Parts: sequence; C-alpha cells; structure tokens
Amino acid sequence: MAVGEAKTYKIPIGPVHVGLKEPITTWLEVDGERIVDIKVRPGAIHRGIEFMARERNPIQVIYLAERICGICSFAHIESFVRAVEDAASISVPKRAQYIRTIMLELERVHSHILWAGVACYTFGYDSAFNLGLLLREKVMDVLEAMSGNRVNYGVGTIGGVRRDITPEVAAALEDLIDYYRREFAAFYEVATEDPITKARMRHVGTLPPEDAVRYCAVGPTARASGLRVDLRWSSPYEAYADIEVTPIVPQDYMGEVYGDVFDRFLVRVLEVYQSLDIIEKALLGLPKGPLMAEPKLPKLLALLKAADGVGWSSIEAPRGDDAHVIKLTKGDENVTWWKVRAPTYANIVSWPIMFRGQEIADAPLIVNSIDPCISCMERALVVDKKSGSSEVLTKEELLKRSREKTRRLMGR
Amino acid sequence: MLNRMTLQILKQVVEKPFTNLFPVPHMPDNLGEVLKAAAEGRVQINPPVEVPKHFRGKIAYDKGKCIGCRLCTRVCPANAITYIPEEKKVMVHVDRCCFCAQCTEICPVQCLWMTEEFLISSYDRKAQVVVDSGKKAEEVPQVERIPSEAQRVETSAPEAASS
Ligand code: SF4
Ligand code: SF4
Repeated sequence: MAVGEAKTYKIPIGPVHVGLKEPITTWLEVDGERIVDIKVRPGAIHRGIEFMARERNPIQVIYLAERICGICSFAHIESFVRAVEDAASISVPKRAQYIRTIMLELERVHSHILWAGVACYTFGYDSAFNLGLLLREKVMDVLEAMSGNRVNYGVGTIGGVRRDITPEVAAALEDLIDYYRREFAAFYEVATEDPITKARMRHVGTLPPEDAVRYCAVGPTARASGLRVDLRWSSPYEAYADIEVTPIVPQDYMGEVYGDVFDRFLVRVLEVYQSLDIIEKALLGLPKGPLMAEPKLPKLLALLKAADGVGWSSIEAPRGDDAHVIKLTKGDENVTWWKVRAPTYANIVSWPIMFRGQEIADAPLIVNSIDPCISCMERALVVDKKSGSSEVLTKEELLKRSREKTRRLMGR
Repeated sequence: MLNRMTLQILKQVVEKPFTNLFPVPHMPDNLGEVLKAAAEGRVQINPPVEVPKHFRGKIAYDKGKCIGCRLCTRVCPANAITYIPEEKKVMVHVDRCCFCAQCTEICPVQCLWMTEEFLISSYDRKAQVVVDSGKKAEEVPQVERIPSEAQRVETSAPEAASS
C-alpha cells in the first residue's frame, strides 16, 4: 500500500475506546478530496475472549459469547451453543429451535432498523434517524418482554432456550408484526423518495459482484452486490429448515444491481420485511414440547465433561456469517479452545474497493454501510498527498464534512 | 413542501409518546436541584416504569437455606460467587455479577434468586457483597410478585432520585 511505500508515518493511535465494540483505525490516503487508497488496521480491541473461555466450562462461556457484541448478542450465543451441541451431539427440542429462530429474526429487525437510522444520520438526515430510532423501540420492548432485558437477553442455553414464548409474548409479537407492516413503510419512503438521500447513496461505495466474491464479502454487503448468499437459504439451521428463506438481492426488486450504499440500504430494509414474515410463520408453526434437551444443569455439565471432539457452526447473523468452532476434551470440564469469526472482519476487507475514488465526505457513509461499529471513524488518519500533511480527522469532523456535502447537493 | 416526513411529524404531534415518560418533561438547568426537590417532595417527577416480568436484577441469597453444594460457583461465568469453607456457605459479589441468572437455575434448594432491584451502584464496595438476604417472600412465586414490586418502586422513587 502506498502509505508505507513512500515514507513511513508515525501513527497517533488514540486511546482504545473500551466502551465501544470495534475500534478500527482506517488511514485514508487522499489526493485533495478524492480517496486514493485506504489502509485498515484492526486489532485495537482484542479482548482475549477466546482465551478467557479456556478456564470456563461451556455453560459459563455462553455469557462470554453473548458479550462479544451488544447488538448481535443472540446470534453469537446461537452460533456458540450450536457448535457445542455439535461437539457433544445434543439434539435440541423443536420448540426451542423455533424460539431461537424468532429471537434471531427479532435481533435482525433490531439491527437493521438501527443501521438504517444511523445511515441517515451520517449524511445529516436527522429526522429520518429519529424516526428509525422510534421504530426500533418497538422491537426492543418485545425483546424486553420476552427476555427481561433490553440487551444481552440470556435466552439461549446449550440444548435449548431458557425463556418460553408465553401467550402474552406471542400477542406482543403479533402486535410487533402489525406495527412494522404498518409503520415501517413510512421510514422506507422517507428515506428513498428524497432525491438528496438517493444522491448521497447511489454510486457511493460501490462493490462490484466480482470483487465481493474475491474479497469474501458476507451477509447484506454481499447480497447488495447481487450475490445470492444467505446461510438461512443455503444451509438452513433451526426452524429455517421448515420456513423458506430466499436471499434478498437488489436485482429481484429494482431490476439491476449497483452494489452501492443504496443497494445495501435497500437489502436491509427488505430484510426487515422478510424477518417479519419469518417471525409470523414461526409463530404459527410453533410446536409444543420441552424447551431444553437436558433441563437438569448438573447433568448437562457432566454430559459436556464427557464430550470429546470439535464442533462447528455457522449462522447468518444480521451482518453476515458468524462462525464458531469449539473443541471439547473428554474429562476436562473447560473448553479446550474456541474460535469465533465474526462477519465484520470479512466485510472490512472490501473497504479499500469501496473507498477508492470516493470523496472524504462519503467516508462515514461507506464505513457505516457494511454495518461495523461506528467507533472505527474516531481515529481515521487522513494523509493528504499534495500538502504532505497528516492530520487526524475525528468522527465529528468527518460527520461535518459529510453533512456539508448533503447541503451542497441540496443547493444551499 | 408536503411529503411523507411532514405527515409523519404532524402525526407525531397528536400521537401519545411512544417511549416511557421522562422523569421531568424538560431537561432542567440544574439536575441536582430538581432531584433534591423531588426527594423533599417539592417537585413531582414521573416514577420509573416497572421492570419487565423476567427482569434479572441484583441477586439475593438465603444463607440459612444454602446447603453449601458449590454448584453455583461452578456455573457462574463471572466468578462472582465465592465459597466460604469455614461456614460451608457462599457469598455473591454483585459488582462482578453479569446478571445471567445461571446460578439461580442450578441451585438445588433455590436459595439464590434475582430481585427487581437495579439501582445498585454505590461508593461502598462492601455494599456490593451479598452475604445473606434472609428468606425469600415464600408462598408468592417469584414471577408473580409484580404488584409488590410496583409498591416498592413507588416507595423507593425519592430515594432513587437522591442517590
Ligand atoms: S447471576 Fe450469573 S454472574 Fe451473577 S452470580 Fe449468578 S451466575 Fe454469577
Ligand atoms: S448452589 Fe445453592 S445450595 Fe449450593 S452452594 Fe450455591 S447457593 Fe448454596
């Protein structure tokens, strides 16, 4: 990369924001306003979670997995417990599988609505942002009613789930489906009928399908580039085996695919509707039966201690494939090793392609478009080729530039 | 310009607020003053909303009932429970607890349970150690304690505001 070639720069990496999920340093190499190249340096928030797991038994690690991410906490639990179930050959009761599916979809609804709102915020459309957050409140309420907490639900466990869908929760879910079918269209129209919004998102951060394949983009990022990839479709797990899920790609809805930020927006919005359909179907088909394969925890612990082998699992989290691999050794209660591969890392590799030739003002939007943690922008270093100066652009400055561009487009 | 957003905004003017009410309608100039006034009963503030049904709050422990089997220490992900060998009992460090409720599920005699208490931060570390909370309000099963909870929220509202 060009940054390292010509001369080396000392990089003032700021303090790691422990309160945020994924602080990533991005160095943009710019020529005036154009971005020539970008360099990504992850690794600022390596917490050693996988190492911590080695002195804990699988039941304890569930809660560690839950805390990998605040938004897809259930997706991580789900992937982790599936890996453990794979290693220990535990089969999950059907009702529990359906409840897990419903939880996963609720989480997707939550994640996508939040993302869509924040995307509007990055280019200065604050009213749409507030509308997005208002809409999100409903799914948070339902998650709270079901699990007792707004984040880190603690619903999943090895061999089943810990919370049931009671008639009240089922009623709340039906209400949620109605609510979003009624109200979410407003958000979609607000965001897409606006010419400025379209101008800000169309042909920005384009990732062509070939590049999406080459750099292994996953989840909505890959689907927005027109690739039909969705683990719920290609290798169904839990209740997705009974419920048909087809990957949402822009060409099916708009006739053509650009692979830009607008397409990513579109895919996520349409996926919210898809999730509502899945929740509805899962609720209708919710089978009766036990919630856990082994409700007696001491017995489950003994079973896990006797288990031996490697377990794999890969699921479709809101941002893409989330894969967990775990090794359990017979006679050892603790996890021998555990590896997590979260979707953001796979998607970040495509950033350089998306950034090349874009303006600095588009950087926040592009960074955001793959739905990583927003804290990435906090320490973006801009190296101006012409003036040779390097300055650290803070998140606020980037946001300001982004909003100025919107104003320029609006002609005031 | 009449577009979808304008309609949405007009709609929100007449609709009742979606989220819970804030303690006071507007951000006061001096938050401390208002909280003090509320504690003294001079200002009326909206009480906190009830916690949801499955809420996992501060842990409670009935020491007398505990049989010292140590199962809870085996499943606690945060290592928040320590065993006291002399007494054959445990104590819970709430400042480490991650409120997963796993210990309450494994305890064979149900002497650990989650309360609805959530305003638990303090400057005193000792206040974060649960040694004995006495007997659980027996007869009433845990999930149906909502009415008494509502009372508790009301009585503790001023105290919460002052802390
Ligand atoms: S609730 Fe969880 S973290 Fe807290 S003491 Fe019990 S097992 Fe440990
Ligand atoms: S599991 Fe229950 S009985 Fe056993 S040590 Fe813990 S609190 Fe006591």
